[in-house]
Amino acid sequence: MRLEAEAVAIGLGGRQILRIVSAHVAAGELVGIIGPNGAGKSTLLKAMAGVLRPAGGRIALDGADCAGLARSEMARRVAYLPQSRIVHWPVTVETLVALGRLPYHGFAVEWDADDRVAIDRALGDLQVAHLRKRLVSELSGGELARVLVARSLAQQPRILLADEPSAGLDPAHQLALFRHLRSLAESGMGVLVALHDLSAAARFCHRLILMKDGEILADGRPDMVLTPELMRRAFDVAAVHGTVDGVPVVIAH
Amino acid sequence: MTGHRWLNPALAAVVIALLLGSLLTGPAGVGLVEGLNALLFGSSAEREATVLIMREIRLPRALLGLLIGAALGLSGAALQGYLRNPLAEPGLIGVSAGGTLGAVLAIHTGLAGLTVLALPLSGLLGAFLAVAVVMGLTGLRGGPLTLILAGVAVTSVCGALTALALSLSRNPYATTEILFWMLGSLADRSLLHAGLAALLILPGLAVLLGTGRALEALTLGEEAAASLGIDLERVRRVIVLGTAFAVGAATSVAGTIGFVGLVVPHLIRPLVGHRPGRLLLPSLLGGAALVLAADIVVRLFGDSGELKLGVLTSIIGAPFFLYLVLKARKELVT
Repeated sequence: MRLEAEAVAIGLGGRQILRIVSAHVAAGELVGIIGPNGAGKSTLLKAMAGVLRPAGGRIALDGADCAGLARSEMARRVAYLPQSRIVHWPVTVETLVALGRLPYHGFAVEWDADDRVAIDRALGDLQVAHLRKRLVSELSGGELARVLVARSLAQQPRILLADEPSAGLDPAHQLALFRHLRSLAESGMGVLVALHDLSAAARFCHRLILMKDGEILADGRPDMVLTPELMRRAFDVAAVHGTVDGVPVVIAH
Repeated sequence: MTGHRWLNPALAAVVIALLLGSLLTGPAGVGLVEGLNALLFGSSAEREATVLIMREIRLPRALLGLLIGAALGLSGAALQGYLRNPLAEPGLIGVSAGGTLGAVLAIHTGLAGLTVLALPLSGLLGAFLAVAVVMGLTGLRGGPLTLILAGVAVTSVCGALTALALSLSRNPYATTEILFWMLGSLADRSLLHAGLAALLILPGLAVLLGTGRALEALTLGEEAAASLGIDLERVRRVIVLGTAFAVGAATSVAGTIGFVGLVVPHLIRPLVGHRPGRLLLPSLLGGAALVLAADIVVRLFGDSGELKLGVLTSIIGAPFFLYLVLKARKELVT
């Protein structure tokens, strides 16, 4: 499966957020979107998720225009995890994660065996199974972040689009999250994440998309994207790219 | 995920009990068996009066209590879920103010005196015009905030015009009638009123009950809900139109009955684990129970007909609103 933005353009309030951007994510790869604040990373993810309608271009799933796809069909294949972590009602963790099962149900929602398996698995994978009866309003920021990732995984998507899922996580959980995303990709899911941690991008992503000012500066293997020249053009900083104990690190200075 | 399985059956039992209670409440002492007999099997020479009381006076009143309570409770729950705001109430989108204006104009112009249904139909026209303006102002892509702002604007305009009609009214009887009508009451409505209300309220309730899935998804916010396959524009239209039908009809027939749509979902929310979709049916039943109960109280303690239903619900509801404010403040502090 392959989700593709084809020459997508989006303007908001007279400002051009995305100018004719083409990008894709395919089954089996973990792709990172990096770039400075306001580069259009979130907007690109929203467009690919079908949440924002592009003014120009199209979003295609395996070559077929997503605009012609039923919403629930799309939702069973593509999950989207927004950057915002506001949960509007103090429901239990289990209830929240179970929302990922909505695309599989019509009017009446009673969870069946498939749902329970998916929910339990998502809770376990994000190490939040012990929180399942807790109210989301009682969780710490990091716990809530992981519960929300679990929600998107309970959706059992073929493609996962996640907007800064690791923001606010402690180093151990951040590491665990990226390892898990990588293993999801290796087991056949296509994963596209926006992130700011360049070292994590270098270490875990198969491919990186570098954005600035609504355009794509580079799209390729991490070592080809995280070059001093491209980092200077994108972030206006000098960046050192090396390895410590065999782990790639990127330091801006 | 089991929820409270007893909640809906228990509320339904309470509603049925209150419905019977409503049928048996009134100045004419009619016994349970006698009353139901007259209601169901109709007339014989010696109990003609009882049949008349049961069928023409009490039945419409009980049915209206049921329908209007259900309309207010359910649309309150649906609007709170859609706007993700526990302080939302059905009047927020301009339906009640529009309905009131229409009805008041019918009284003011004397139109209401022409036929029985002139008043409620004029109220309905007002309610639907108000909602049409709100939807026009909100536009195709407007979100919850635009909807609230448009609703507030239309409510203010309708309120101002209602006040204008009142102040221009030279006929003191019409003025009194307008005032009493605005206070909200189920007294002296006919089966024709109940039929008209049912015709509009029932489809309204049906479409609102269908929004549960979308409301559940909106717990995660609009973008995540959209990515879960929810058509947000459609949800907004369904909720606004469903409320227009249900609450527009309720206001047109009974005047303004405040606070039911605010209080009922609030009381029930903790019992359904704060799930906005699961809240819908119990709020419908709870609204019906509250209005039926309040209308019984009005009749028990207001022999002379001084106490109006809308006044009673506001007297209960306003302190409750204060309590909500204080509770919200406490939660902010801690």
